[in-house]
Amino acid sequence: MAGAGGGNDIQWCFSQVKGAVDDDVAEADIISTVEFNHSGELLATGDKGGRVVIFQQEQENKIQSHSRGEYNVYSTFQSHEPEFDYLKSLEIEEKINKIRWLPQKNAAQFLLSTNDKTIKLWKISERDKRPEGYNLKEEDGRYRDPTTVTTLRVPVFRPMDLMVEASPRRIFANAHTYHINSISINSDYETYLSADDLRINLWHLEITDRSFNIVDIKPANMEELTEVITAAEFHPNSCNTFVYSSSKGTIRLCDMRASALCDRHSKLFEEPEDPSNRSFFSEIISSISDVKFSHSGRYMMTRDYLSVKIWDLNMENRPVETYQVHEYLRSKLCSLYENDCIFDKFECCWNGCDSVVMTGSYNNFFRMFDRNTKRDITLEASRENNKPRTVLKPRKVCASGKRKKDEISVDSLDFNKKILHTAWHPKENIIAVATTNNLYIFQDKVN
Amino acid sequence: MFARGLKRKCADHEEDMGGALAGFKAVPSYSLQRQSLLDMSLVKLQLCHMLVEPNLCRSVLIANTVRQIQEEMTQDGTWRMAAPQSTGRAPLDRLVSTEILCRSTREQDGVCPASGMGDGLALGPVSEFSTVTSAQTPGNPQNSVWEMDSPRENRGSFQKSLDQIFETLETRNPGSTDELFSDMDSSYYDLDTVLTGVVSRAEPGPCDGLQGLAPAATPPPSSSCKSDLGELDHVVEILVET
Repeated sequence: MAGAGGGNDIQWCFSQVKGAVDDDVAEADIISTVEFNHSGELLATGDKGGRVVIFQQEQENKIQSHSRGEYNVYSTFQSHEPEFDYLKSLEIEEKINKIRWLPQKNAAQFLLSTNDKTIKLWKISERDKRPEGYNLKEEDGRYRDPTTVTTLRVPVFRPMDLMVEASPRRIFANAHTYHINSISINSDYETYLSADDLRINLWHLEITDRSFNIVDIKPANMEELTEVITAAEFHPNSCNTFVYSSSKGTIRLCDMRASALCDRHSKLFEEPEDPSNRSFFSEIISSISDVKFSHSGRYMMTRDYLSVKIWDLNMENRPVETYQVHEYLRSKLCSLYENDCIFDKFECCWNGCDSVVMTGSYNNFFRMFDRNTKRDITLEASRENNKPRTVLKPRKVCASGKRKKDEISVDSLDFNKKILHTAWHPKENIIAVATTNNLYIFQDKVN
Repeated sequence: MFARGLKRKCADHEEDMGGALAGFKAVPSYSLQRQSLLDMSLVKLQLCHMLVEPNLCRSVLIANTVRQIQEEMTQDGTWRMAAPQSTGRAPLDRLVSTEILCRSTREQDGVCPASGMGDGLALGPVSEFSTVTSAQTPGNPQNSVWEMDSPRENRGSFQKSLDQIFETLETRNPGSTDELFSDMDSSYYDLDTVLTGVVSRAEPGPCDGLQGLAPAATPPPSSSCKSDLGELDHVVEILVET
């Protein structure tokens, strides 16, 4: 994983950066989700302004094989608009919380995008031909006088400039009282779940006027509420199994065959608290911000404020691996509580073969942990490393004591520059890292 | 953020506290640090509630933190009624502002039963406001404590970052706090009193039901506010078909 080293080490290089250059960030441009599709050819981002931008990878140039194809804008559309909830007198943000791709079944691509309240199924299709040679219409669309038509011809399809159209095919609304934090498509490719703070609903992709509630943790008396759902995901292979994580650091695995309402978990994953680290902030930092199954389905990964944990689904009492993301922040928890950074929700992701996991941090740093070599690396997404194929230099944060050259002290970290969303290409070593309003694409060095 | 010039008082104060803090002369006592965290949390909850639609996860986490602190303070015996001198002007201001703020909040909450804070989540709308006077500006959370009697001003002596302060918290053995507090003169406001807002009021106000922090036993009296919320919650549930 380090910059220099053995043959198996990956050297990460800058490839592209998308987004505005200036430091003045328009709020609508803040990236709120990043997701590769199943082939990796398409990369979707959602932003706070409710827009979805899809990038498509160029087909590899076989002659110039020193780099993989670049990602260029393929389609941009407004997925969600701000809404006003008249019953509650509240505005509903148009920010896209999550995007999930459906596997491709025909020429068109489908994705689900969601804001706090409404999920939409979008169809993205290409049009690169158009019919020409109508009998009753001129080329510009004006109708011809039928009396002038003396011969008939068959219209033919002629090539045109590629046009990518996005159209909303389904709108799944009015099923969530609280804010949707997750959507996850089932391995049956027919159903999906959506989770808010207190409930999880199961939908059929074809049916928009009905959803089934499968988890409900709302207490009868809201004053007794002490725990909320923070993330949920379907198992990649078992269509009856899903997990959801909570603000108390627990993960519950549920089997939909057991009962209609999965309030009783099949498994409860929880690591006992380390008494030596106990503080008033212990619960907050144990809150899980993201949960992701491995591609194999054997493991799942959770992200809490300071660490990434890998769990074996067969072992509930503790994770099999724990990686510290930024342990140097433990002594700063009070400041981070004060400025609300302690509530930041970092996501995490697996690489295609489940050997490396990645997550973001502050100062535009992101971290990768190699599960096999146990090595980790810290890299920075910054415009300073702008030249394509520039190898990224590993970063180091100096926790205390004498700061070495090239190290950054904890107090110099910019807590406004946070990398919350990252994605890894399902097959190749290409990663997408979102800073506040820019999307960075890095690739491993191809020799 | 904290007013300078009050360090001496804190240091003097700590010199009285015996050996446990001897090594931390410049660091405020655990109880003050804890109190400050409590204040900060309550202000956060109040600000939370002022937002259009509060983040439920964040609210719950902060509320749990407040509850933890309160439980510990109850065990320590430091959680007690406000001392007589502080039931003068300041608490009355709070009660008045509580009622005003609660009323306007209730109008807003009356139609949003199912959203996070509107459901009467643990502390309810009143609790956050009850610790803040109407003169409070949200951007300056520490101001709320300045008008209280003098020991409270010791909080102004946090010269060092709160980080270092809380490092000491993490290693503190709760059992040793008794001797630390023996000389304490500060009067911590009684959160229960403040939350219920009934100390000096004859008839229960609309916010009485929302006593999330009152220690376990007494179930909150049902109030018109809560039953309204319950009905509307039911209606909303039907509407969203969950």
